[in-house]
Amino acid sequence: MLAEMIQRLFERSLGDGAQAEAREGRWLASLWAEIEEMGLPLALLGEEQGGFGLSAAEQGEALRLLGKLAVPLPVAETMAANRLLARAGLPLAEGPAGLARADDLAISGGRLTGRVERVAWGENLDCLALAVGDRLYRVPRSGWSLAEAGTALNFHPRPSLAIDWQADGGAPLPNNPQADGATVRAFQIAGALEAALDLTLEHTATRVQFGKPLQKNQVVQHELAKLAGELACATAAADLAAEALERGDMLGVAAGSLRAREAAGNGAAIATQMHGAIGFTREHPLHLYTTSLWTWRDEFGGQVFWATLLGRAAMAAGEEGYWPMVTEL
Amino acid sequence: MTAIPFPSPPADSDEVLALRSEFRAFLDQHLGHRSPRQRSDNWYGFSREFSRSMGQAGYLGMTWPKQYGGHERSAFERYVVVEESLAYGAPVGAHWIADRQSGPSILKFGTDEQKETILPGIAAGELAFGIGMSEPDSGSDLAATRTKAVRDGDVYRVTGTKVWTSFAHEADYVILFCRTSGTPADRHQGTSQLLVNLKDTPGLEIKPIIDLAGQHHFNEMHFEDAVVPAKNLLGGEGDGWNQVMSELAFERSGPERFLSSIELMYQMLAMLKGRSDDAALATIGRLTAQLAVLRRLSRSVAAMLQARENAGLQAAIVKDVGAVWEQTLPDFARQLIDAEPDPRTAAAYAGVLANIVHNAPSWSLRGGTREILRGIIARGLGTR
Repeated sequence: MLAEMIQRLFERSLGDGAQAEAREGRWLASLWAEIEEMGLPLALLGEEQGGFGLSAAEQGEALRLLGKLAVPLPVAETMAANRLLARAGLPLAEGPAGLARADDLAISGGRLTGRVERVAWGENLDCLALAVGDRLYRVPRSGWSLAEAGTALNFHPRPSLAIDWQADGGAPLPNNPQADGATVRAFQIAGALEAALDLTLEHTATRVQFGKPLQKNQVVQHELAKLAGELACATAAADLAAEALERGDMLGVAAGSLRAREAAGNGAAIATQMHGAIGFTREHPLHLYTTSLWTWRDEFGGQVFWATLLGRAAMAAGEEGYWPMVTEL
Repeated sequence: MTAIPFPSPPADSDEVLALRSEFRAFLDQHLGHRSPRQRSDNWYGFSREFSRSMGQAGYLGMTWPKQYGGHERSAFERYVVVEESLAYGAPVGAHWIADRQSGPSILKFGTDEQKETILPGIAAGELAFGIGMSEPDSGSDLAATRTKAVRDGDVYRVTGTKVWTSFAHEADYVILFCRTSGTPADRHQGTSQLLVNLKDTPGLEIKPIIDLAGQHHFNEMHFEDAVVPAKNLLGGEGDGWNQVMSELAFERSGPERFLSSIELMYQMLAMLKGRSDDAALATIGRLTAQLAVLRRLSRSVAAMLQARENAGLQAAIVKDVGAVWEQTLPDFARQLIDAEPDPRTAAAYAGVLANIVHNAPSWSLRGGTREILRGIIARGLGTR
């Protein structure tokens, strides 16, 4: 039911014009107001916390849809930030929120200062769930200014923020916010791959070359099959990461997040190739997905961060302990 | 529009967790002495003795009714035994085909007499099966099968040739896919399955096919007016195609579709001990992530099969993606570790690498070639 509501809202409000505005870095304020009205920022919370009390499968479906519809607002980030804030017992965000980890921030005389790199829509947020060491802080918008502008591959803003805030005590950090971020990104990647596969199936069915639809060529069919494989892997990877996050298992988050990131690159490449030149333009919607896939796969801890985290654990498990470790991911 | 559902597999129950540790202890006890090179033979190792001990301990025919020697356990409990066997490199060849596909086919399509005479033997680890599908002129194109079985009173007279039959020289039975009426032009029509006793079928000759690694796993089976009792017809005469497709579904999504080279992963970890460079850590991390997700997909298919859902498309995806993982592992190993593989060495790493490089090409051929699988997946997506 939530999925239907999300679908309806964005199909109605998210035309080409809105997508183009977002690519210019303009905040879609009226769309955000509708998102708030629907209660989406609290969607990952239990009913007792004012959320929807969704099952894991429903949560995953909602997050995937945000990717499948290429929603150009930090909805997934806000949902994840609120869940983390709730877990830490901190007040929830009152608007769009981000989440980040920045261990080299200085705290002196209760004042938190330093730089937080590349926060999605950082200048438009209401607050930031910020991990410093083993504390989580809810930093309000008045606590930062722009340090440096930044732009993601999908042309959405990724400003770096100069934090200067008289900190309250914060709360003990429940888990690394990068894990929350990486997990929602995995779902968004799966959703965007679903859209990319749909578009590719449609294009190869309707585009006629040499007297027949592209899809009649076996070589094209095999690429479609590979794309479906990447989609399957991304979907399972996101589910795996979400279950691991629930148990506080960073290795499982790493595994799921990594495989989804890999699928993002592999899938985007196949979808673009199968579209021919039109997939390389802004005239066709595929670019909304490919540029987002290339964006999301490098955020909330990069490939090297997560891969070395998991690799180090595997090396420590060694040849005897490796398989038992895999069965627990 | 094109969602391909892979339902989340259930979390391991207490029974499943207990079974896993109990079975790991069983493997240690029976196979702890084997070398890495031996373990790297994985599912193409063959040991009657080990299969009998599996049977005696209740690890075969696990999901079948007790009436036929089974143990009435869940598909997930069986999955645990299968994946732990493979992860340990257990020599499962003498029960592998029988437990995975022949037994389930007999249970599904067989007569009471067939079930009573054969299933308990499989569950005891006494009866080994081979697969009787491919022919010299019909490998991927199974519907072009030529092997003919002509009814003659109480028997079928069988003439034709089957190839790539693993362990036909050791096994007791094959389920033979053959034509009981018409010609290869009739494709799916007129095909049937016969239970053929490999030890006692006059007119059957079995010849080895040596593979590129010098191993004798494959065989050619020549049937020259061979006599098979009519009561050995499995299922309905003419129903062969549907039955053989159902048999293939058992064959395509299991953990053997990505664990064939797992011993190489262990030996890589042994060789990389002490390495802390990002290249090594990140490669191992990536491979582990891919493996964990494959395992989840495969368990997801097991959940669908348990719920009696059609998982043909999902199974093809698991096998396609899984074969890429197990086949490309040697390439990742070679990027991290300099070593010359040697098929005769006693050194663990060089020997395992040699065995894996030699055998890896077959993993995207068996059980449906990569090309066939990708065609199945594409059709599942609505193309053609």
